[in-house]
Amino acid sequence: MNENLFASFAAPSMMGLPIVVLIVMFPSILFPTPNRLINNRLISIQQWLIQLTSKQMLAIHNQKGRTWALMLMSLILFIGSTNLLGLLPHSFTPTTQLSMNLGMAIPLWAGTVITGFRYKTKASLAHFLPQGTPLPLIPMLVVIETISLFIQPMALAVRLTANITAGHLLIHLIGGATLALINISATTAFITFIILILLTILEFAVALIQAYVFTLLVSLYLHDNT
Amino acid sequence: MASPACFSSFSVPVKEKKLMEVKLGELPGWILMRDFTPKGIAGAFQRGYYRYYNKYINVKKGGVAGISMVLAAYVLFNYCRSYKELKHERLRKYH
Repeated sequence: MNENLFASFAAPSMMGLPIVVLIVMFPSILFPTPNRLINNRLISIQQWLIQLTSKQMLAIHNQKGRTWALMLMSLILFIGSTNLLGLLPHSFTPTTQLSMNLGMAIPLWAGTVITGFRYKTKASLAHFLPQGTPLPLIPMLVVIETISLFIQPMALAVRLTANITAGHLLIHLIGGATLALINISATTAFITFIILILLTILEFAVALIQAYVFTLLVSLYLHDNT
Repeated sequence: MASPACFSSFSVPVKEKKLMEVKLGELPGWILMRDFTPKGIAGAFQRGYYRYYNKYINVKKGGVAGISMVLAAYVLFNYCRSYKELKHERLRKYH
């Protein structure tokens, strides 16, 4: 049982070919490009959702921060669609791989920090020392603030990986438990099944929320630095 | 025998003999005459994509069927991909 539990998180390869690339590119097929003024239903729904999300997300940014609009919107679309597709049976979720989440988090965070240092050097350095600290505490506080700055990309990546992986693992475990309990006691199996349904609803929410949190935090780091 | 790849918004134009019109004796010759260059294969994928898109999604009153067929095919693809590991979870006495 142990090997089976984690086998679904291994990078998929068919006959030695890494088809993980195909699986990562698959969500892009589900978002067609709008060609006309009035599009078909799928594109209209997606346009409405993107408008809703972008208005909400870009409200706090100034002119400079709004140049990141395309980046933030494609980020939330990618993470959201990848997480939701991972809830289908037997599918592979790329966001369970720490390597991919680090690859998303580190460049985006570094971009915000470097932007801050280029255009508002004094203000960016001032973030390392909160206002009104007593004089003896200053060296220790600078060290603490530096550590908390460098932990931001790690936290972004590990948060996403851990949440999605934990959710998938729980679904596997509780589903297996339900199947094993059917022969032993039908009532317990039924209760476990109800738990499974609730968990699946939670996972749908988590898929979307994690995408939102990731993007929101990146935009927050951006807001600090523009 | 190459078909144009610039038709996302109207039906696929018939430029070469389709598979159903080829006689059985001509089949090996027809297969050999197909364009197997990377450009040809990309063209085949593009034509297949737009055929599906224009039939099920790019219509006035598209429903949930268009996208659910794609998701069902995705589930099936992943099932076939991981069959080797799933084989061991069948309810059999001897695996």
